[in-house]
Amino acid sequence: MLHIVNKSSFERNSLKSCLNTIDDTSVMLLIEDGVISAAKNTNAPMIADLAVQGRVYALQGDVEARGISSKLADNIKLVGYAGFVDLVVEHGTAVSWV
Amino acid sequence: MKISIQVNEGPYQHQASDTAYQFAKAAIEKGHEIFRVFFYHDGVNNASRFTLPPQDDRNVINQWAELGIKNADGEPELVVCIAAALRRGMLDESEASKNDINGNNLHPAFRISGLGQLIEAGIKSDRLVVFGD
Amino acid sequence: MATKKFMYLNRRSSFGTIYAIESLEVVLIAAAFEQDVSLAFIDDGVYQIVEGQNADGIGMKNFSKTFHALGDYDINKLYVSAESLEERGLSADDLMPLVYEDEDDDWAEKPSIKVVFNVELSKIMSEQDVCLSF
Repeated sequence: MLHIVNKSSFERNSLKSCLNTIDDTSVMLLIEDGVISAAKNTNAPMIADLAVQGRVYALQGDVEARGISSKLADNIKLVGYAGFVDLVVEHGTAVSWV
Repeated sequence: MKISIQVNEGPYQHQASDTAYQFAKAAIEKGHEIFRVFFYHDGVNNASRFTLPPQDDRNVINQWAELGIKNADGEPELVVCIAAALRRGMLDESEASKNDINGNNLHPAFRISGLGQLIEAGIKSDRLVVFGD
Repeated sequence: MATKKFMYLNRRSSFGTIYAIESLEVVLIAAAFEQDVSLAFIDDGVYQIVEGQNADGIGMKNFSKTFHALGDYDINKLYVSAESLEERGLSADDLMPLVYEDEDDDWAEKPSIKVVFNVELSKIMSEQDVCLSF
């Protein structure tokens, strides 16, 4: 599965709820304000384990738009919209934590 | 692959419609088929032909229209939920005349239909991706 | 038409936004398509099916009673996050007694609501073909 999170973990609990139910084979894509969770900040430990496993992606345009390219946490994989499409194709059912 | 999209938020207030558009555009460029885009909740406001953004900003409605997402019969597959649309004052010609209202605001690249179209999109597409708040 | 597994993911309460009622409207339409339908109530979504909602004081339509009709439409898999209930000081006893009649068991009345832990919810989600979020 592909889990899509579009809210900052400082504003909403979407990331937390996603982490509560994501299984061992699914990946996560951070988009829109969700990319704030891809930056080095006090909430970074929430996804650190998943990121080490190479299972956290962030939408590059959203990262750049928010000025956090240089503050990206370790092991986050950046993708463009084409990469977003590939993730949807490759990982089956998409779940949006809107 | 056949991909459908659900858009839950209106233009400009949220990024959802912009992201959905960029995703749809990228999918088409990669050779996938966008079977249907279904606009629900405030997402119905993406279909207003009265939308007039400032000149230096993108026109979200025209962007969708320019993607030209249609079915084999040439009907638009940018589908606006009828219940959500009427509730929010989004009308096509037929709904306007049915309800005795002078004027209508649905952009011709979109069409109004029922919620069944969302379920059908889920059944007939390989993937359905939701964009919202 | 092929049968697919559809999950409706509800994470917001009844009245603060329109998502809850418009989600329910989709679910009622979905019943006509004879697909495999599940509803998940996570986070504040659990408040959608709490017993005793009264909207008289806010001038809005109380649609919570509509959940009682779902059983008649063969929609009887309502999964509620145990953790979300507990965080909110709620238990299964606080939820509406939603039931359906099981045609395979001499129309015996059975509960539609299943309170599940996140680990089980995770497994149920991974089996879905389509997930609609509201």
